[in-house]
Amino acid sequence: MPQYIANRLLLTLPVLFGILLISFILTHISGDPTDLILPPDATESARKSFREQHGLDRPLWVQFGSFSWHALQGDFGESLRFGVSAISLVTERMAATTELAVAAMVLAIGIGIPAGVVAAYWRNTVVDVVVRAMTLVGQAIPSFYLGIVSIVVFAVMLGWLPTGGRGTWAQLLLPAATLSLHIVALITRVTRSCMLDVLGQDYIRTARAKGLGESVVVRRHALRNAFIPVLTIIGLQVGLLMGGVIVTETVFSWPGVGRLAIQAIYARDFPVVQAVVFLFAMIFVIVNLLVDLLYAALDPRIGYK
Amino acid sequence: MSAAEPTIDAPDAAPKRRSETQEVLRRLYSKPTAVLSTVVVLVVVLCALFPWLIAPHDPFAQSLALRLKPPSFADGGVAGFWLGTDHLGRDTLSRIIYGARVTLIVSLLAVIVSGIIGVWLGLLAGFSGGVTDAIILRLIDTQLAFPVVLLVISLVAVVGPSLTNLVVLMGLSAWPRFARIVRGSVLSVRGLEYVEAARAIGASRLRMMMRHILPNVLSAIIVYTSFELARMILLEATLSFLGLGVQPPDPTWGGMINSGKEYLSLSPAVSLFPGMAIGAIILAFNLLGDELRDALDPQLSHD
Repeated sequence: MPQYIANRLLLTLPVLFGILLISFILTHISGDPTDLILPPDATESARKSFREQHGLDRPLWVQFGSFSWHALQGDFGESLRFGVSAISLVTERMAATTELAVAAMVLAIGIGIPAGVVAAYWRNTVVDVVVRAMTLVGQAIPSFYLGIVSIVVFAVMLGWLPTGGRGTWAQLLLPAATLSLHIVALITRVTRSCMLDVLGQDYIRTARAKGLGESVVVRRHALRNAFIPVLTIIGLQVGLLMGGVIVTETVFSWPGVGRLAIQAIYARDFPVVQAVVFLFAMIFVIVNLLVDLLYAALDPRIGYK
Repeated sequence: MSAAEPTIDAPDAAPKRRSETQEVLRRLYSKPTAVLSTVVVLVVVLCALFPWLIAPHDPFAQSLALRLKPPSFADGGVAGFWLGTDHLGRDTLSRIIYGARVTLIVSLLAVIVSGIIGVWLGLLAGFSGGVTDAIILRLIDTQLAFPVVLLVISLVAVVGPSLTNLVVLMGLSAWPRFARIVRGSVLSVRGLEYVEAARAIGASRLRMMMRHILPNVLSAIIVYTSFELARMILLEATLSFLGLGVQPPDPTWGGMINSGKEYLSLSPAVSLFPGMAIGAIILAFNLLGDELRDALDPQLSHD
C-alpha cells in the first residue's frame, strides 16, 4: 500500500506540470500578453514598462519558471479589475461554490443510486424503461436550459422559488438540481449496469438460497459490491461539476467561483482566470487521487501495476 | 449433360449473401429508436444544408410590431409565426432552422479535428507501447484533468470566438477521449494472430496500423463519434449561451436561449424552443450511438 501511494503520487507530477503549462499558455497563446491586458491605445512606453514590470521581456522558459514558482505558492498576481490578490478573490468565493457542488452531489447520489438499483432489480419492467428513458433525456438536456426552464416554471409561473441569489434553502434548490442533472443521469446508468453485473453472480444466488430477505440481499450483498465502480464514477464527476458550476452560477447569479471566472473572462482579468483554472484543475487532481486511494483501500485486489 | 442444365456458376437457390455493412444496417434499422434518431438527425442536417428552402421567414428580418409574439397556436400568436418571435421581432422557427447550420458545422468539424488527433495518437500509443504509450497516456490524463468547459471558455476568450477558433479549440479539447478508446481497442487486438502474421511477413509499422489494426477498431470509432457529436453540440450550445460562440447576428441555438433569457417572464417561448432543438439532436446522437454499438457488436449485450 505505501508503495502504491508513492507511485500514485509520483504520477501526479507530470499532470501538475501540464496544468501549470496550460495555465501559463492561456495568456501567451495569442502572442504578447501585453496586448491582452493593456488597452489597444496604450503608448509604447506604457507597454515597455508593463513588460519590464511583469518580466515579459525575459525568455519564455524563464517566465514559465517564475509563473510556476509563484503559482505553486498560490500567487497569480493582482486582479487587473479589483487590484487585490487574484487567488484571494477566488478563495473568497470558494465557500459558495462548494456549497452548491456538495448540494448537487448529495442530490445526485441520493437520486441516482436508488434509481439505478431499482431499475436493475426490476430489469426490463416499466420501472426500468422509465428510469432509462429519464437518464437519456437527462443527459440530452443542456444544464443551462434546465436552469432556465426551472426558473420559468418554479419562479415565474408558480412563484414558489426565487430566481437567483444565495442565502436560503429555497435559493439553493434550483441551482443544485440544475447542476446535478447530468450527474444524476450518469450515476443512475452506472449503478444500474454495475448492479446488473452483481445480481447475476453466484454469491447472490447463495445469499438467496440460504434464505436471506430480498432487501438484505440487495443492500448488503449486491449494492456493497456494485458500489466500488460507482464510487469511481462519482469521483470523476468532479470535472463535470466544475464545468457545470460555471454555467449554473451564471444562470442563477450564484456568487461563486464559476460566476467570477465568467466575469473575469469577459473583463479580460487574466490573473483571476489563471487562478481559477489552476485551482479547479488541482482540486480535480486531488479528488481523483483520493478516489484512487479509497478504491485501493476498499478493494484489496487492486495493487499498483 | 445437356446444355440446358444449370451450371455451378449460378447457384440460384442459395440465399444472396449480404455484405457486412448491409447486415449492420439491417440490424440497426430493425430498432424503432434507431429509425427515429436517424430521422431527427436527417431533419437537422437538411435544415443546415438548405435553410432558405425550409425556413418560412428571413431569420434576420426585424419588426417592431412583431416583438416577443407567442407561438401561433397560443393566445396572442400571429399566424405564420409558428414558434413566435424574439425581442427584435425575428421569427423563432426560422432562426432555429438557420441555427442548425452553425451548430452542426462547428460540432462536426470539432469532432473531425479531435477524431484525427485522437485516433492517430491512440493508435500510436496502443501499437507502440513503452515510452510512447506512457507519454501519450500522461498527455491524456493531464488534459482530462482540466474542466473542459472552463478551458475552452478561457481560450476562446483569449483568441476570440471565430468559427475556426471554436472548431480548433473544441477539437483540441476532445481528442483525449478518442485516444483512450482507440488505445484500448488497439491493445485488445494487438496480440491477435493476424497481427502477428502481418508482422512475421515483414509488414511495416504504418501498414500494420493502417491495414490491420485500424479497420478492427473502426466500429469503436464509429460508435464513439456519435456520442462525441452529442457532446460537442452540448459544448457549442454552452459556449454560445455564455456569449462565446459564433457571434450575432448569426443565429445559434445557445445564443437564442441566452438572448431570450432576458425576456423569460414576457415570452418564455423565445428560450424554450431552441433548447428543445438542442435536446432533440443530442438525444438522437446518443440513441444512435447506443444502437450502433449494439448493431456493430451483436455479441455484446449492453445495458
